[in-house]
Amino acid sequence: MRFSNTLRVALRALRRNTMRSLLTALGMIIGVAAVITMVSIGSGAKAQVEAQVASLGQNLITVMPGSFTSGGMRGGFGSSVTLTPEDAEAIAAEVKDIDGLSPEVRDRNQVLANGLNWSTNVNGVGPDYPYVRNWPMGSGAMFTEQEVKSLAKVCVIGKTVADQMFPNEDPVGQTLRIRNLPFRILGVLSQKGFSIFGSDEDDVVLIPYTSHMRRVSRRTSISMIRIQAAAPEKIADVKTAIEDLLTQRRRGREPDFTVRTQEELATAATQTAKTMTGLLAGIAGVSLIVGGIGIMNIMLVSVTERTREIGIRLAIGAHGRDVLMQFLIEAILLSSLGGMAGVAAGIAGSQALSNYNGWPVLVPTMWIFISVAGSAMVGIISGFYPAWKAAQLDPIDALRYE
Amino acid sequence: MSPVVQIKDLHKIYESGEVPVHAVRGVTLDIHRGEFIALMGASGSGKSTLMNMLGCLDRPTRGTYLLDGINIDELDRNELADLRNQKLGFVFQGFNLLARTTALENVELPMLYGRHRHQSMEQIRERAMHCLEIVGLANRFDHFPNQLSGGQQQRVAIARGLVNEPQVLLADEPTGNLDSKTSVEVMGVFQKLNDQGITIVMVTHELDIARYCKRNLVLRDGVVVRDAPAEDRVIAEHEMKRLKEAEAAAKLTSAAAAN
Ligand SMILES: Nc1ncnc2c1ncn2[C@@H]1O[C@H](COP(=O)(O)OP(=O)(O)OP(=O)(O)O)[C@@H](O)[C@H]1O
Ligand SMILES: [Mg+2]
Repeated sequence: MRFSNTLRVALRALRRNTMRSLLTALGMIIGVAAVITMVSIGSGAKAQVEAQVASLGQNLITVMPGSFTSGGMRGGFGSSVTLTPEDAEAIAAEVKDIDGLSPEVRDRNQVLANGLNWSTNVNGVGPDYPYVRNWPMGSGAMFTEQEVKSLAKVCVIGKTVADQMFPNEDPVGQTLRIRNLPFRILGVLSQKGFSIFGSDEDDVVLIPYTSHMRRVSRRTSISMIRIQAAAPEKIADVKTAIEDLLTQRRRGREPDFTVRTQEELATAATQTAKTMTGLLAGIAGVSLIVGGIGIMNIMLVSVTERTREIGIRLAIGAHGRDVLMQFLIEAILLSSLGGMAGVAAGIAGSQALSNYNGWPVLVPTMWIFISVAGSAMVGIISGFYPAWKAAQLDPIDALRYE
Repeated sequence: MSPVVQIKDLHKIYESGEVPVHAVRGVTLDIHRGEFIALMGASGSGKSTLMNMLGCLDRPTRGTYLLDGINIDELDRNELADLRNQKLGFVFQGFNLLARTTALENVELPMLYGRHRHQSMEQIRERAMHCLEIVGLANRFDHFPNQLSGGQQQRVAIARGLVNEPQVLLADEPTGNLDSKTSVEVMGVFQKLNDQGITIVMVTHELDIARYCKRNLVLRDGVVVRDAPAEDRVIAEHEMKRLKEAEAAAKLTSAAAAN
């Protein structure tokens, strides 16, 4: 039979039983809609995490104290887990293909200004910090290398701190007191938003790390070093060079540092989102299988019910293959039309979730194709056995069937 | 010209039940082009069995069957299907129309398969419409079988049998479920088709109906016991006229009685 005619015959058969076709397709619609919605939620979450990782900076490499290489943090007996400003300076001086580097010392302190006080993160960093974090200044300027060297009492503040302490005036040029020491405000950072861990990145005061260690926290070690590699393809080399250099500086002591690239960080962060997506899609996939079984059931009933019709078709010249195609196409139509409706329902569902719950959802185009192709596959698989059964019928037996 | 149907010592034994049933026991028969045969016999004498074999729906247990010179024993399932599609038209006992499918679509059915299948839907539709015209049902083309009378359904089935221009039209009790007037109507269609050169074989129980045919065959217990030209052949057109006059007369009488 001509394909267009087979299609017409199949459509006619579906239309003859509109209610049943709709109910059967409903199984597919729900299954596919569930898959699309679940995947959209998962990809939304993943995209959000990825955006946050990207907001850490570009081509970023971080060095942290402590070794995570063999599970858990290790600091052997008698060895101190330390990362020093000298380590940072050595990396800056000796490792090639570095675009920017900033040590970081973290602390939490009360800060005072304007007669207001505010508890915030006071971090000691280097002048490259805004560049490395891809975090431009909103107004004013970052402190300079010179100011770092001279342990200057200067600072740059985040948007949240600016809003809290100076609600009505320009903070630049004002003074902020940390541990009773006056720090002159040189600039305000642009707004950054929330970090992967959910903390407010803008709730921060940046001061030279030297001033931080000598004047404020009196620490001798730093919390981390952030390094920006010159290009994505240099990241691996830079990482190795840093590891080699730091190992050499420790002269045979156990490595007490961890160098991680942004990619590794991103992988770790998105892993959870991925696992969740997979799990959700898996659960939703089960409903697709149930939909497929529904189609097979209906097609089997349909073949039995239409035995006489099959007999008539065979008697007037249909080949077994024609009958097989007719029923197979019926099943495929049922499942793929259901699948397409399911995609539409899934997209609508994700949009609704994102509107009402504010969840970040993202409908991945690839999954739309996977769903439609998948539901057509379900149609082929579940339709094949009934269609094959129909094609095997003997015309004379089928005509006699009551 | 060689006969269109040649069967020699045809047997059919049904093995499906507990006891094998020997339904056709050695039928030898030649049917020439343009013949119009009535196949008669008591119930269970093997008429349908023979018709199913003639229609290539069932295979004989023994014997040879040449249709238009082709030995059907050598054909496979698909080749038989093509043969049924192209050379034979079958009008089943009890119509066998597709339910919830319009008269026109029912008639189109044979053209969806076989050699016509590559035609466009327009061509198929046109040809089906033409066949409905032949049986006088063109105005009911979009009716479903359940909206048609028995005689009309039978005529749709005949149109379906005709649509692929078969060499032989086989009809198993085409008038079995019809009243006498509708039967005459259907026989009229058959006679018209036979006049146009189509070979027809039909099964019937009724002697009256057999008289519309040209040759009568009687089957008893699976063998042909009589093979003779029809006596006092009736022409459906004349019979129709006679019936109408009788009806009109009856109306007049009843109208007179009412007055
Ligand atoms: N599928 C079958 N399996 C077994 N026996 C069958 C089968 N079909 C027919 N028979 C038997 O074969 C014999 C002939 O049956 P067939 O249907 O040919 O009779 P028929 O002449 O058409 O009768 P009717 O006038 O009642 O239609 C009967 O005895 C019947 O019981
Ligand atoms: Mg019979």
